[in-house]
Amino acid sequence: MLQLILFNLFNGLIIGAFYVLVSLGLSMILNLSNVINFAHGNFLALGGYLAYALIPFIGFWPSLLVAPLATALIGYVIEVTMISRLYGRDPIYSLLLTFGLAFMLQDACRYIWGVNGLPLSVPNNISQPLSQTYFFLNAYRLFLVGIVVVSVLGLFAFLRYSRMGMRIRAGILDLDTVSALGINVRMLRSLNFAFGIFLAGLAGVLAGGQIGLNPNMGDTLLLPSFVAIIVGGMGSLVGTLLGGLTIGVAAALTAVVWPAGSDVVVYIIMAVVLLVRPRGFLGEEGMQ
Amino acid sequence: MSATVIQAPGGDAPGGQLQARQRILTLVMVWAILLSAPLWLPLVGGYTSLGTRILVLGLAAMALNFLVGFTGMVSFGHAAYFGLGVYGCGLILRYVTASTPLGLLAGLVLGGVAGTVIGALIARRRGIYFAMVTIAFQEIFYFIAYKWNGLTGGFDGLRGFTRANLHLGFATLDIIKNDVVFYYFVLFIFALVVAVMGLILLSPFGRTLLAIRENERRARFLGINIERHIWLAFTLSSIFIAIAGGLYALLNNFADPSSLYTDLSGELVIMCVLGGIRVFWGPLLGAAVYVVLQDYISSHTVNWLFFVGGVFVIVVLFFPRGLLGMLRRRRDA
Repeated sequence: MLQLILFNLFNGLIIGAFYVLVSLGLSMILNLSNVINFAHGNFLALGGYLAYALIPFIGFWPSLLVAPLATALIGYVIEVTMISRLYGRDPIYSLLLTFGLAFMLQDACRYIWGVNGLPLSVPNNISQPLSQTYFFLNAYRLFLVGIVVVSVLGLFAFLRYSRMGMRIRAGILDLDTVSALGINVRMLRSLNFAFGIFLAGLAGVLAGGQIGLNPNMGDTLLLPSFVAIIVGGMGSLVGTLLGGLTIGVAAALTAVVWPAGSDVVVYIIMAVVLLVRPRGFLGEEGMQ
Repeated sequence: MSATVIQAPGGDAPGGQLQARQRILTLVMVWAILLSAPLWLPLVGGYTSLGTRILVLGLAAMALNFLVGFTGMVSFGHAAYFGLGVYGCGLILRYVTASTPLGLLAGLVLGGVAGTVIGALIARRRGIYFAMVTIAFQEIFYFIAYKWNGLTGGFDGLRGFTRANLHLGFATLDIIKNDVVFYYFVLFIFALVVAVMGLILLSPFGRTLLAIRENERRARFLGINIERHIWLAFTLSSIFIAIAGGLYALLNNFADPSSLYTDLSGELVIMCVLGGIRVFWGPLLGAAVYVVLQDYISSHTVNWLFFVGGVFVIVVLFFPRGLLGMLRRRRDA
């Protein structure tokens, strides 16, 4: 029993780590650009597929960095040419645009790489189980958690200490003032979008190594990530982080006693949070 | 800012004689097309059940537009209440009794109750955050339909029910086998719901919704309880769309989880925008264009999803006012 709980707890941590990567990117874009990026899960899949295409040429380790960067570049181009034209308009338009882009990216991946799932090969020396009793602990999964921890710490350090990070944080609070201070807000939003997509691409490569690639692989991560943002509190990245871990672990522990309910429990948590504390764990008052 | 005069929004304002005449003209045109559809649809390469499908999805899109276009709140999760209408109707027909009106009523109640509860939870949110919460809530119902195999048939959907003929006392309407009779039955329900919707929009309550859409702060200063109005609008909209869902179950004799899924929500929103969200009949036209376009694209390429996505992008970037919205703009200019 203990082993089962540990197994599920660790699974929850892995899933939670994915939720965190996806929802942090979504949250950055939502906070600064006021856009819900429906295509986020498809950028994730694109990152995984790009790594698949790159690995034969440059190997796994460089691909882990290059594929997300390439995904971010594609995201940047899409933001500059399409999404940025809709800032300041009714949210219905950006919702529909990213929704359409999600369809297009999904079908493009299917067209290029096929309907069937593809395996993403991970170097042998990190894919072996570490022990017989704890078969679920292999080096790749530990490494995955490590990468997520490092990228999250890196992101927060970047937002806290770099000049651009400061501008992004200021822009979330008051974009007009930031613009009036002479900062190119348009560029800021585009780069911020690219950062969010980079995280999605990274999650895609990591998820590909864990569960393989398929054109819909992002869908199952996208909606719980919305919940992570709502539960954690809109406007707070630390809240998003907590939200992602909470629902990941809660879903995994529910799976121990009630396997069918592991997806539903995520939304029950959301309903309870909205009822008891509408702004979420760490949400700003008034940001709703 | 406070001194700016808000221009009365297009044709949905109580206007002069010209506008009244235009409204009557529109009504006559719309109903002439809808009533005669089974006659000319086969001639232009369509079929009656395609017309019924457009009618049902058009009703769903108009119900959504009650909230999106006339209250100004964007719900991206309205497939939930549509799907609950589908399942409510299907479950009654499958397990309880073979009665078409009871099925529709059950769908209405199921969708309406869910809309009331969730509307209360989210009425304080605005803009993009409102949309986000509606998206997240819709997933609950999707998972219930997907996982509760014993009741709903899970992923494969709920089968084994058919719509039942209508016994009116003096006559029996054969809506099972006769597509045309079924079309007129759907049109009858459509007319009832659309009439109620239109009358609500013309009532003081409907005017208040427009006021909230145009300037929420000013409406609040006038002492209007904004949250309660939005809650009520959300509830009404979910009731209307649940009726459309019930009709959809009758049309397909089938209920499956995709009727509760995000993709359908997005499609309903694009129907509204495609036709024009500021125009009462816009979503119906949008539904017709979208359904025909999707039918056409998917019969010509396996990569239809790419092109449907392209339709979304093109509409948003180049025709954000929608077809009827552009027409009206040109006429006003």
